[in-house]
Amino acid sequence: MEKTWNNKAWFFVLPVLLLVAFSAVIPLMTVVNYSVQDTFGNNEFFWAGTDWFTELLGSARFHDALIRNLVFSAIILAIEVPLGILVALAMPKKGIWVSVCLVLMALPLLIPWNVVGTIWQVFGRTDIGLLGYSMRALGIDYNYVQDPIDAWVTVIVMDVWHWTSLVVLLCYAGLVSIPDAYYQAAKIDGASRWAVFRYIQLPKMGRVLLIAVLLRFMDSFMIYTEPFVVTGGGPGNSTTFLSIDLVKMAVGQFDLGPAAAMSLVYFLIILLLSWVFYTVMENAGRDRAVKETAE
Amino acid sequence: MSVPTIATSRAAADGIPGSAHSEVALKARASRRSGSFRPKALIPIVYILFLLLPIYWLVNMSFKTNVEITNAFTLWPANPTLRNYAVIFTDPSWYNGYINSIIYVVLNMVISVAVALPAAYAFSRYRFLGDKHLFFWLLTNRMAPPAVFALPFFQLYSAFGLIDTHIAVALAHCLFNVPLAVWILEGFMSGVPKEIDETAYIDGYSFPRFFFKIFMPLIASGVGVAAFFCFMFSWVELLIARTLTVTDAKPISAIMTRTVSASGMDWGVLAAAGVLTIIPGAIVIWFVRNYIAKGFALGRV
Amino acid sequence: MDFSWMAWTWPTAAFFLAIFALIALMGVWEYASPGGSPRVGVLRFETTRGDRLFVSLLGSAFICLAWLGLTEMALWWALGVCLVYAGLVFRFV
Repeated sequence: MEKTWNNKAWFFVLPVLLLVAFSAVIPLMTVVNYSVQDTFGNNEFFWAGTDWFTELLGSARFHDALIRNLVFSAIILAIEVPLGILVALAMPKKGIWVSVCLVLMALPLLIPWNVVGTIWQVFGRTDIGLLGYSMRALGIDYNYVQDPIDAWVTVIVMDVWHWTSLVVLLCYAGLVSIPDAYYQAAKIDGASRWAVFRYIQLPKMGRVLLIAVLLRFMDSFMIYTEPFVVTGGGPGNSTTFLSIDLVKMAVGQFDLGPAAAMSLVYFLIILLLSWVFYTVMENAGRDRAVKETAE
Repeated sequence: MSVPTIATSRAAADGIPGSAHSEVALKARASRRSGSFRPKALIPIVYILFLLLPIYWLVNMSFKTNVEITNAFTLWPANPTLRNYAVIFTDPSWYNGYINSIIYVVLNMVISVAVALPAAYAFSRYRFLGDKHLFFWLLTNRMAPPAVFALPFFQLYSAFGLIDTHIAVALAHCLFNVPLAVWILEGFMSGVPKEIDETAYIDGYSFPRFFFKIFMPLIASGVGVAAFFCFMFSWVELLIARTLTVTDAKPISAIMTRTVSASGMDWGVLAAAGVLTIIPGAIVIWFVRNYIAKGFALGRV
Repeated sequence: MDFSWMAWTWPTAAFFLAIFALIALMGVWEYASPGGSPRVGVLRFETTRGDRLFVSLLGSAFICLAWLGLTEMALWWALGVCLVYAGLVFRFV
């Protein structure tokens, strides 16, 4: 659609601008101010310069949390994306079962995040939870409260349970947009199942898959509530991700300066990722538009 | 797309109505006739079972007594009881949590959609100075980790004397819901041809009359989907809601965490409270099942 | 309305004023020569002036962080590096 150039459109955007600026810009400025000062309460602040940043960037605690977060995101993507594609490909295409599948699959997405945590906290317990109890019965030594590996497995399985449906839904939306004529043509050409996937389904899913990967990466990078409820960051610090560490520092220990510095570094990383996300998405969209006009 | 291109264009050019003859449809018909079970269907079934098992366990627990939960391992309630639900519906500190959650979620939904409507119209119809950067800036707020904002939010809303009020949580959730609503609505509005606007102006409609009488009915489903997503993200969020409330506006999810840490033993009530938080989403989802992918893709599917 | 909790300091105020001045300058520049002079640079996709400013600012933030994390020298030197970087971005991206 050809859009008209009209700067008066700013008036339509103004309410959004004011509302979001109130909730975003003022807090962000405050964080910047805190990050260069030290406080002991009572609104008394002392200039600290860039000390908090230097301290943060050199601290093992921050490095560990960052690495844990990156490893977690990588594992999540490696499991959820292939699994999501697989389920989307196997889903029925027509009839009442489509609706049933969609509704049941979307269910975990609508559960409050701390309830998701609670569900898995209970589910994994060896005394009262189905998963933990079954593991015990099978003779597997499973205890997410004490064993770091078990804690990680629990958090990862929980996230797969919670968010794989997002990948499924997006891929499915891409798949149903493929006209039947494509499959028919592939059949005339005698294309194998793999060729159909590689040359018809994957290209059509490309854009939504990109959105799914980027969304899953960002959301898993910001994860807080679910692991906090299940493991509280433990055992030890083994599941302390960036967000959990940040809240511990800011609310638990009231170290405003270091917490603000960490917020800013965290925010800059997210800002960089968002920019990559946006640029890639915009350009993918433009390329597709160009290709479609060419056809 | 090298392999099927020629045949694709041929089939498209011949104008064969695809659905009736396609491989998928043929297979589906064959399996229906013979009543045979396709192994492919196992994948979604197993996946859905995996999704439902933990939820079943929660529902199961919510109908058990605490004695049964802790002392006996049963796959379904031996003595089904409604006591856990009775506790929640008779204790104000429990059911007020639900009322608080619903109040701020609805407030947030109304505010988000109301301010997002004109903005989405501007983005879908006009180009203006800095429009792309503004759009990107909104995106960054959707992507910002709530943990970063928790602390300054507390200070900000204290300064305005809004701590422990519903409007504070509603406004704070606007941070990520307004951008979301703008995107979803922009997606739906771009699907409405611009000629409709122009015809209406030629017919002498003023802008507000056109917007409410002609345009709104055309994007009604979009408004519904945007409202649903605002409802959903406000409903599932805990960190900010918990930070901004003390007692009077405390959401149900925060009350649940308190119970976990303090008494820690009343599993039945905890499970019942959890089940009750799942129900609103489970009901509404049926109506938006075909749009949910569009919502998650920020209106860009 | 009490805003002392925002804990303003002169350096941070100057920092935000500089950012806002840059954005305002972009608006004026756009008014003087509209279109944003889009072009495809070393990043292989189309960028406008605004995009280039954003890339400069974000890159500068990471340069300063790297400077703080890796060297003992004063941050003023990093500022110089940032300016050179911004110049390169506006020239080649």
